[in-house]
Amino acid sequence: MARSYRDGVRAVLPLSVAVLGFGVAFGVLATSIGMGNLAPIVMSATTFAGSAQFAAASVLADGGAVAAAIAAGVLLNARYGPIGVTVAPWLQGGAWSRFWHAQLTVDESWALAAEPDGRYEPRVLLAAGLGLYIAWVGGTTIGVLIGDVLPSPDTLGLDAAFPALFLALLATQLRGRRTAWVAAALGAAIALALTPVAPPGVPIIAAGAATLIGLRKEAS
Amino acid sequence: MSSAWIVVVGVGLATIAIKAAGPVLLGGRPLPRRLTGVVSLAGPALLAALVAIDTFGADRSLRLDERVIGVGVAAVAIVLRAPVLVVVVAAAASTAIARAFA
Repeated sequence: MARSYRDGVRAVLPLSVAVLGFGVAFGVLATSIGMGNLAPIVMSATTFAGSAQFAAASVLADGGAVAAAIAAGVLLNARYGPIGVTVAPWLQGGAWSRFWHAQLTVDESWALAAEPDGRYEPRVLLAAGLGLYIAWVGGTTIGVLIGDVLPSPDTLGLDAAFPALFLALLATQLRGRRTAWVAAALGAAIALALTPVAPPGVPIIAAGAATLIGLRKEAS
Repeated sequence: MSSAWIVVVGVGLATIAIKAAGPVLLGGRPLPRRLTGVVSLAGPALLAALVAIDTFGADRSLRLDERVIGVGVAAVAIVLRAPVLVVVVAAAASTAIARAFA
């Protein structure tokens, strides 16, 4: 049975707490490095991608060039190119509907929307994405306007919530699929091998190369 | 325009375009058959990469810290077929506790 918007909301609620915590942290960091009050909130509302925003802000904080800050952010979001391709076939609406689904596609909503058989459920994508969006932009606003109201996300262990979620969703995609196991092992190995030597964002994109074993399978 | 705003606009426009590209240009049509095998492996490959980087990555280096405990606890919960909510909360709680005692 296809999952509904409600399923998406239910799945994303616990995660929204973690995202809210990081949103607050981003708002606090961004104002502390002189980004002002409005720019961090506008960034969360338009870029809507935590790692890229932290990366761009920290380049600015270290006195880096504007171009370097932009490059860091864009590189970290480059994975949304291939991720967008994976959800595209399942978005049946018009161009605008697909555009908005695409904007709400972030790692967590994408992972939650994945079905074990390789399809993606657009309702879960939209509902979960919207929940994450509200938490992220709301958290940023709280961080900018009120400041440190919460303990740091790391103190609460929230940084471990994301790999735990991805691992749980990965497990559902591995059951009974041998090629999927191989792709996952390869992807993790590539990402770890490149992390010390490549700029942030590149290891994840490179891990995508692990999917090419799917080509060989088709040919044989 | 301050440098902060240039970064906000630059990263924002690029991200919106990157996210939109696949769904807007390819949306609603089945992928060519030769690509379906590749695309169906994107989930496992990218999720595993995210797990690896979120567990061990620290800027441009690998680091072993309390996150490993959380992800290990999560793995046990997953094997025991715990719901995702339990997995996520157990990971955060065990990492937080480990840090409190570190």
